[in-house]
Amino acid sequence: MLIPCPYCGARDSHEFTYRGAAVGPRPDPARPDAADAFHDYVYLRDNPAGDNAEYWYHGAGCRSWLKVVRDTTTHEIKSVTGAGGEVKP
Amino acid sequence: MRYSLFNIIANGLTGQRFSSPAWRQVAPKPAYDVIIVGGGGHGLATAYYLAKQHGVRNVAVLEKGWIGSGNSGRNTTIIRSNYLLPGNEPFYEWSMKLWEGLEQDLNYNIMVSQRGIINLIHNDAQRDVYVRRGNAMIVNGAGARLLDREEVRSYLPFLDFDNARFPVKGGMMQPRAGTARHDAVVWGYARGASDLGVDIIQNCEVTGFLRDGDAITGVATTRGEIKAKKVALAVAGSTSRLAGKLDLKLPIESFVLQAFISEGLKPFMETVFTFGAGHFYCSQSDKGELVFGGDLDGYNSYAQRGNLPTVEDVCEGGLALVPQLSRVRLLRQWAGVCDMSMDGSPIIQVGPLPGLYLNCAWNYGGFKATPASGWCFAHTIAKDEPHPLSAAFRLDRFRTGHLIDEKGVGASPNLH
Amino acid sequence: MSRLSSGGFIDRSRIVKFSFDGKSYSGHPGDTLASALIANDVKLVGRSFKYHRPRGILTAGSEEPNALVSLRKGARHEPNTRATMVELFDGLEAFPQNVTPSLSFDVMAVNQLISRFIGAGFYYKTFMWPASFWEKLYEPIVRGSAGLGTTPNVPDPDHYEKASAFCDVLVIGAGPTGLMAALTAARSGARVILADEDYLIGGRLNSEKVTIGDRDGAQFSAAVAAELVAMPNVKVMSRTTVFGVYDDSYGAVERVSDHLAVPAPYQPRQRLWRIAAKHTVLAAGAIDRPIVFDGNDRPGIMLAQGVQTYINRFAAAPARRMAFFTSSDGAWVAAFDAADAGVEIAAIVDARRTVADRLLAEARRRNIRTLLGGAVTAAHGSPLKSVDVVADGKRERLAVDGLAMSGGYSPNVQLACHHRGRPQWHPEIGALLATDPPPRMKLAGAANGSYALSACLADGAAQGAEAAVAAGFAAKTVALPRCQDDPVEVQAYWHVKDTAHFAFVDFQTDVSVKDIEIAAKEGFIPVEHLKRYTALGMGADQGKLSNFNGLAIMADITGRSIPEAGTTIYRPPYTPVSMGALTGHHRAKDFRPTRLTPTHFWAKRLGAKFVETGMWLRAQYFPRPGDKDWLATVQREVTAVRSSVGMIDVSTFGKIDLQGPDVGKLLDRVYVNTYSTLPVGKARYGVMLREDGMVMDDGTTAHLSDDHWVMTTTTVNAVKVFSHLEFCLQVLWPDLDVRMASISEQWAQIALAGPNARKVLEKIVDDPAAVANEALPVMGAKEAKLMGGIAGRVFRLSFSGELGFEVAVPARHGEKLAEAMMAAGKEFGITPYGTEALAMMRIEKGHVSGPELNGQTTVADLGLGKMASKKKDYIGRVLFERPDLTDENRLGYVGIVPVDKRNVLRAGTHLMPLGAAVAVANDHGFVSSATQSPTFGHAVGVGFLAGGAKRIGEKMRAYDPLRGGDFEVEICSPYFYDPQGERTRV
Repeated sequence: MLIPCPYCGARDSHEFTYRGAAVGPRPDPARPDAADAFHDYVYLRDNPAGDNAEYWYHGAGCRSWLKVVRDTTTHEIKSVTGAGGEVKP
Repeated sequence: MRYSLFNIIANGLTGQRFSSPAWRQVAPKPAYDVIIVGGGGHGLATAYYLAKQHGVRNVAVLEKGWIGSGNSGRNTTIIRSNYLLPGNEPFYEWSMKLWEGLEQDLNYNIMVSQRGIINLIHNDAQRDVYVRRGNAMIVNGAGARLLDREEVRSYLPFLDFDNARFPVKGGMMQPRAGTARHDAVVWGYARGASDLGVDIIQNCEVTGFLRDGDAITGVATTRGEIKAKKVALAVAGSTSRLAGKLDLKLPIESFVLQAFISEGLKPFMETVFTFGAGHFYCSQSDKGELVFGGDLDGYNSYAQRGNLPTVEDVCEGGLALVPQLSRVRLLRQWAGVCDMSMDGSPIIQVGPLPGLYLNCAWNYGGFKATPASGWCFAHTIAKDEPHPLSAAFRLDRFRTGHLIDEKGVGASPNLH
Repeated sequence: MSRLSSGGFIDRSRIVKFSFDGKSYSGHPGDTLASALIANDVKLVGRSFKYHRPRGILTAGSEEPNALVSLRKGARHEPNTRATMVELFDGLEAFPQNVTPSLSFDVMAVNQLISRFIGAGFYYKTFMWPASFWEKLYEPIVRGSAGLGTTPNVPDPDHYEKASAFCDVLVIGAGPTGLMAALTAARSGARVILADEDYLIGGRLNSEKVTIGDRDGAQFSAAVAAELVAMPNVKVMSRTTVFGVYDDSYGAVERVSDHLAVPAPYQPRQRLWRIAAKHTVLAAGAIDRPIVFDGNDRPGIMLAQGVQTYINRFAAAPARRMAFFTSSDGAWVAAFDAADAGVEIAAIVDARRTVADRLLAEARRRNIRTLLGGAVTAAHGSPLKSVDVVADGKRERLAVDGLAMSGGYSPNVQLACHHRGRPQWHPEIGALLATDPPPRMKLAGAANGSYALSACLADGAAQGAEAAVAAGFAAKTVALPRCQDDPVEVQAYWHVKDTAHFAFVDFQTDVSVKDIEIAAKEGFIPVEHLKRYTALGMGADQGKLSNFNGLAIMADITGRSIPEAGTTIYRPPYTPVSMGALTGHHRAKDFRPTRLTPTHFWAKRLGAKFVETGMWLRAQYFPRPGDKDWLATVQREVTAVRSSVGMIDVSTFGKIDLQGPDVGKLLDRVYVNTYSTLPVGKARYGVMLREDGMVMDDGTTAHLSDDHWVMTTTTVNAVKVFSHLEFCLQVLWPDLDVRMASISEQWAQIALAGPNARKVLEKIVDDPAAVANEALPVMGAKEAKLMGGIAGRVFRLSFSGELGFEVAVPARHGEKLAEAMMAAGKEFGITPYGTEALAMMRIEKGHVSGPELNGQTTVADLGLGKMASKKKDYIGRVLFERPDLTDENRLGYVGIVPVDKRNVLRAGTHLMPLGAAVAVANDHGFVSSATQSPTFGHAVGVGFLAGGAKRIGEKMRAYDPLRGGDFEVEICSPYFYDPQGERTRV
């Protein structure tokens, strides 16, 4: 699988580490239902058969965390962006 | 029809005149007491025990393809009860006990072969962890042995004891563990359930649920609507897809696990073993093929196929332990979709909606659990309460923190 | 000898000696083992898997199911090798497989007599009585007959390597279609890779007598290959099998040296290629399908394409008198070639009632008898002596020693199925075609059902051009050469009805029509059930020859069409691939990299014993003459530290450099305790959690200057913590102004510990006053010049419980630092110590480490709950507060000592109430780490117990049945040694 890193170009997936679904944002820990919100944030997943937004870390490359939209039935990558806005140069 | 020596001889002499379908070929009825969605080992075992242990016989098992087409037919056939945590070990040990009597119970030879499994130990810290687990197994009646290097050599003389990157220092063995013929388990339970009146319906995909308010009252299928008092899901690999139709989010992500076989070789590997410092496990089948596997392909997938880096990684693990496999050829690779849960342990649950029962999240270890999963899930469905052996597998453990995390990697499903 | 007097692509000027089954033969360069055996009249090459039926060579290709031999001896022994794919080399030794005791006489052939009882599924119905006999009696018998070849028993002396290749157009198969596709794409300027499993480029052009333009087929292919090889944008890869289609990547194996007795110096045996191709043309051709009739497996029966290949390419006649049994035009041409080569043709039996006049005329011209609408109903003899033929209601027996068959073609769509696209039935050509290939793959030529040569050339050129255009090149048209344009008519024909026991569908797994009938009767009707119940297609050929016939016969039996019966897909690899090639250089000691510490060679010189710690090799202990055993060594090292001074390399800890104005804020959010208030010049021990509330890692972080911090992590979690911090900074809080870099490899770090540690340190730092007790207090951290101007860092940290420092210098100075410490400490008897002494002292001290930070423990479980700030949020706080994680009966951190001090306490031991039964309910905890403490003179341990510290003082049973341990222990505080920490403050 080639992942088109926006900073490095298309690179083999073995340069990357997979984290999981790109859930978030991290809930506000001060909200009154924080326990429920964190439970959902940490544990519950849509786990779609189809397009899945997910976090990949280009650890053997530019060290960017990327948000990749990928079809879980075909592995086709639909889009790749920096995971938290632009990476600082 | 009961299988016996007489029956085999009679069939052989008469050109199989007395052969009959292993399970009845039937069309779905309009309604059942219980519908089990998923004709894999777990679903069929559940149906079998519902009928046999609880007298619930008005049951249908709905399978979208052919029975056993999911992970029941895509695993490496290992059975074992070498778990650590109290939430797990008694359950898996009960499964092991059921395996030990299953052939006579089902009148079907599923080739349970208790050839033993050895988890190799490569350093002291690992030995300490295995000893803790082995002691837990003994306390649970599962049995365990700690092997030193020479004892490992006596079982697995072909390992690289001289030049390995991670030297073999010993092993933890469960002598009662072994393998079973995976497809036969499916067929045996199907035949047993069918004989007790359960309808097994293939090519019947569930496309939606019939609802009465919150409650589930049946399923919509490619072969029409079918009503049921209770609908039980046993669709590992597809759980989130079906739960999504009920707007349920579960603590599951789907990953692909590959399995491999080599070309047939004259038997030289009697004992199942796992590599403790790489990702590789292996047994040799009764046909002579080496059956082996390793890590998950590490990203969400429903594709039922894996990628080359994992193949390479697994073969590296294999040759690291058994260098003489270098000229042996990999014959076939395949892949199953695993429900990987957030603590690496399964879910068996009444609800979470009225009329619904969940059996899922078997991670990469569902095969060995098949008998106990069916046993406990049947109890859960029949009695509307968890079986004591599977009580820890509750869905709300993620809310309360009563996790069953054998590996201690937390909410990273691909790392369990 | 069956070698023809002329023709073939073999070098008759040279003789190659080889042996099979212990007998010596000779062949020529250019031969395969199979062609050479045929040329030497060897008919019997193996025994079948289940019934041990004698078998001969069936094909001339990689689909061969019968002629599996063991190749070579000793360390290069190679089981299950297809004789059809082995290039002959001088001294080649091959051996038959699965013979008991010999190829010509096999006692296991007795299985044929009981075949009626051991058909499909018989295992499942028997061997159950009595229950215990499966493992003891039946299974050993079953296993005794399992498998084909044997596994080598010594490591492979050859090397394997891996390589990557990139191209615009990958063409798989170098027959007429593939050559034209590659040529067209290459002339358009695209980077082309042309791969073929054969060693001779040309595919069927080398097997068939055709004319293209003004050249014969082989000349044409040689000319095109030469042009391609000369082009800089083309890579022609022969002996290379593309075996798998993965995401954005093709797997291929190049057999670099398999045609040699021994690889050339510095050459690998095989090379694994990972090919990234923008577009792919699959031009893998099509293979003959066998016909199922009684005795269709007898040696001497061959597929028609194979016969044609052996005659035309290898000048080897498989028989003297042959019949042809077919339903396709191709076999007629093969028969003509055989006749022209001098083989007597007894008859061409064609299942079709009408056949092109052109073929009938050619047959007449050669006086070949033709039987249309006929069938071969049985074959006799081993090797083949005769066949029974029925045509027009008349039955006769033809005396032949060879039979060629073709029931139509199976296009080689296997690779097109690797993304699980299911082939579909095309009745007009009687074959399954790939209609849903992987992305950016097109099929062309015979692989796509176009069999006529002209169509193959045209299709190849068109697909090559299309692929080049898709890859962004302007297509150049390639003039199509003139060639035969005869249509190749095919009617699928798979089964002669009313067969007896040995009409084989799958030669390799011995599946017969009877087995399929059993499967049908017992309800194993879906094609995947059929395969699994009968083992159809489960052999080493992956059902290339058998799957179609099997499912078609099942369709017949159940009265359904082929689409209704369903088709099956193929999985990688296309042909089996050696595990050596898939492993490459990652073998033995090179399985994983070995990381060496900066002081590795220094430690080695001192005689250290090393231990694997993840990828690292660390000094475990430093034995000295006179030490009784390893324990005595370690205890001596501990005693030296506690009484004077010792040193240990701790460079393996993860080290992260953090800079920027917001580092304090970041640390507050990732550690349970507070850092933003930590003054410059100080370090602090911290614990960080995962978001699920469990402890992830611990370590110290030092504040070096306003915007500059340095963090240490545990050795095992160095990478994990680093990417976690990156995630925090990039995803969770991109507003924080922090830059970070891993400096684990860049800095050597050595700990000095013991009452004399400062005295040693003072001799190493350039300014001794800087490390005085007041100048560098406990948890102090500062930059300092050492050993005459080397810029380093000094931290006052203690893991041992003694006065301790950690000294960091750039990694290249690590060894110098170690030697400087040794020299400076000589007067104090400084003792280098290893990981064992480190662990022993930390257990005495009660520090948690790897066995406690096992991912199942909270900060409270570890007895560090007080560290967790109540005043701020941090990762993991919310879920750490879940009810079951704060339950006071959770497993909590305690110390454990044996009541009888002679007992040896070991990690992994369980804790139970005294006098309680051994039961799950009484399993209250366990020992996580334990050691034979020299300081206390007895075993001390730490571990986890339900209820934790509130049970201190309780006596319990330490139960370790795995190793026979069972004695009384007392629960105590885990902080055995200097619990107030006074020794570190001096």
